[in-house]
Amino acid sequence: MFIKPKMRLAPDNTTFKFMNGRIAGLVVSAILSTASVVLFFTPGLNLGIDFSGGIVMEVRTDGPADFQKIRGALAGEHIPDQGVQRFGDDSTVLIRLPTQPTEAGTQIAVSKVRSALESSIQGAKIVRVDAVGASVSSELFRNGLYALGISLLMILAYIWFRFEWQFAVGAVVTLILDVTKAIGFLALTRIEFDLVMVAAILTILGYSTNDKVVVYDRVRENLRKYKVMPLRDLIDLSINETLNRTLGTSMTVFLACLPLAVFGGASISGFAWVMLFGIVVGTSSSIFIAAPILLFLGEKRLRRDTVAVEAPEASAVPRP
Amino acid sequence: MMYFSRLKAAAILGVCLFGLLLSLPNVLPAPVSWLPWRTVHLGLDLKGGSYLLMEVDMRAVVKERLDSLVDAVRQALRPGAIFYQTVEAQLDQNRVLLRLRDPAKTDAALAALGPLVQRDGPNNAADLDIETASDGAITLTLSPVALNARASAAVQQSIEIVRRRIDETGVVDPQITRQGDSRIVVQLPGIEDPNRIKQLLGKTAHMTFRLVDETANANAGASPPPGVEFLQMPDERGGKIAVRKRVDVDGGDLTDARAGTNGQTGEWVVNFKFNSNGARRFADITRANVNHRFAVVLDDKVITAPVIREPITTGSGQISGSFTANSANDLAVLLRAGALPAPLTVVEERTIGPELGADSIRAGAISLLAGFLVVIAFMAFFYGLFGWFANLCLIVNLVLMLALMSLLEATLTLPGMAGILLTLGMAVDANILINERIREEQRRGRPPLAALEHGFQRAYATIFDSNAATFLSHVMLFVFGSGPVKGFAVTITIGIATSMFTAWMLTRLLVSQWYVTVRPKLLPV
Repeated sequence: MFIKPKMRLAPDNTTFKFMNGRIAGLVVSAILSTASVVLFFTPGLNLGIDFSGGIVMEVRTDGPADFQKIRGALAGEHIPDQGVQRFGDDSTVLIRLPTQPTEAGTQIAVSKVRSALESSIQGAKIVRVDAVGASVSSELFRNGLYALGISLLMILAYIWFRFEWQFAVGAVVTLILDVTKAIGFLALTRIEFDLVMVAAILTILGYSTNDKVVVYDRVRENLRKYKVMPLRDLIDLSINETLNRTLGTSMTVFLACLPLAVFGGASISGFAWVMLFGIVVGTSSSIFIAAPILLFLGEKRLRRDTVAVEAPEASAVPRP
Repeated sequence: MMYFSRLKAAAILGVCLFGLLLSLPNVLPAPVSWLPWRTVHLGLDLKGGSYLLMEVDMRAVVKERLDSLVDAVRQALRPGAIFYQTVEAQLDQNRVLLRLRDPAKTDAALAALGPLVQRDGPNNAADLDIETASDGAITLTLSPVALNARASAAVQQSIEIVRRRIDETGVVDPQITRQGDSRIVVQLPGIEDPNRIKQLLGKTAHMTFRLVDETANANAGASPPPGVEFLQMPDERGGKIAVRKRVDVDGGDLTDARAGTNGQTGEWVVNFKFNSNGARRFADITRANVNHRFAVVLDDKVITAPVIREPITTGSGQISGSFTANSANDLAVLLRAGALPAPLTVVEERTIGPELGADSIRAGAISLLAGFLVVIAFMAFFYGLFGWFANLCLIVNLVLMLALMSLLEATLTLPGMAGILLTLGMAVDANILINERIREEQRRGRPPLAALEHGFQRAYATIFDSNAATFLSHVMLFVFGSGPVKGFAVTITIGIATSMFTAWMLTRLLVSQWYVTVRPKLLPV
């Protein structure tokens, strides 16, 4: 336990022919992403109030909540029945109100619900109020999209700068596919899409980029090392060489996130589940999407200066 | 690569120790008051409290400026006996439109209006553009620069007034900051029900003392004579009263206002004091209008309109008007703090009760601890000794993150805690990259030292590239995100920086010291 590693995640010198599955990988990914786009339109995302605007109030009661009574107390406030829901446990209730016509109306609605609850339900406590006006919600949504778009551009620019354009395009196309899948996952699970989810998606983006850069970095190194190896074999080799790291890192991040999903409480567990999904997608897309795209884009171009001699391996003499 | 000079080794350890020192304030109370004792701040979502985003009504700011411009135009034209057909404020075009009765007097009018233009903007820019249209109309348009300056001043002044009003309520540690062009963020730690504060901030509290026009008929249907407006009376019958538009004394001249009770009737009143200017004007008006009614108007509503019994020359007075203890107190607070330059509306509210915050802290701490243990076990299991090097670095990384966040007095939010957890994963990734690379180099037949050399060197390029991309995307998140999400971006960016340090410097130092001491024939990776 203390000196020698107990075991390896994957044996050394694996020779999986990952690129044999390139068509299958791309097709599966295309299907999943298309399905995600469809899910995005129907039923669509379950927009949280950050983006839809409106009011959410979390109420705690002594003992199990009496929904009949709460709905009765709020009858005067024109709250639809589905606007009163159980949240997390039996004594926590979530009340939702749609966007009010004016900002002042929002404030009036908040204080009406507050007084209606506190006067008619014994021991009811309002532990959270989120009220977002229409102007703010559309701004938050726009800023979220900006953050996403600019992040992608920065990643594109950075990889282009450090690698070749084929790598940059491969990475960004894969990232876009990853993000669509995450959005499909959100639409499917009905997890509320709010600002925190934008953070989750950006983290998936960061994590996934990280993963792609590691594989690409090895491809770049091997391109210099093996001047005549066909790109397809070279990519396979690079993925196999980095397999232990890829699995190791994704497993640690996955395991680090798991407690968050389980113990994180109602407000953060949604974030953690999206992260877990994103880690699986991000890891597999490095191998089955980003690498094949690189193969398609680079088959001719990355090998244009092929020299017919095996280059000697980079100097192996250690410095003192 | 694997050689560290004494100095360098000492510097690396020094940074770690310094980090430990900086993170101490989070767990220990300050021993002496003069030490800079900086800690990480808990966000409102963890501590409980209320966050209000308020918007300054810029239309009102422009409207007020145009209204005063209309008055100024009227006054400028009066001495030259230049008569006009209309002079009106056009809010949507940010201008005042003036039509003269006699177009021949256009030049005289332009000359009279000239002094209204002030060149106090940057580069002596004019705050007004005066133009003549082909149909003879004169327009006075507010320049965008001057408007921006005015709007900016209005927000600044609003922040000041908001702060004074909130200070009066006794909220501990309120934070009032500007956001963007026209918004103010108010953060109120520990406030579970911000209703009273919203009410206090929801009033502009512009108070004026004006004479009542007793000849005008304020009944429904009648239109007010020029210079007079019908305002709502406070009584239940909803009656209106005719009040002159001319402001005799302005609330801005008040120096003090206190709630109290009237000695005879026992009802709640607000006692006020004027500064010398206000006192003189108040004395003049009351002297000249004995037995007439005088209205106290707050935000276009009449609070009370008593009859002046005798001249008031002391510069202090009393407002009575069916107050309760609370409403008298609130009015006194509003008068003391001064009027807002424009109305404020709450456009976003987030209130978290302290018990929910405590729940979030507990949930965050449990997940953080569990995630930490899982990662440590994982590294020990799959990488043995080199895994323990990584684990030590992970702990130092956590300490350094805490230190940097304390130094920046960053705010820790619930998403921020999630960010710390993710950073643990990222930090470990750097060590995994290093370990894998060293192992690979050794399997290629390099002796231990060479394997270490190459392993670190090659892994470094990969670590740098992969982290740089993540770093950039989170800087974006920080710039465009808001509230708790910003906290998330902060922890990740800081975490990437510290993990680069621990992986690249500390791990290498540990490994090199171990190597020098043990001189192994084979690296246990």
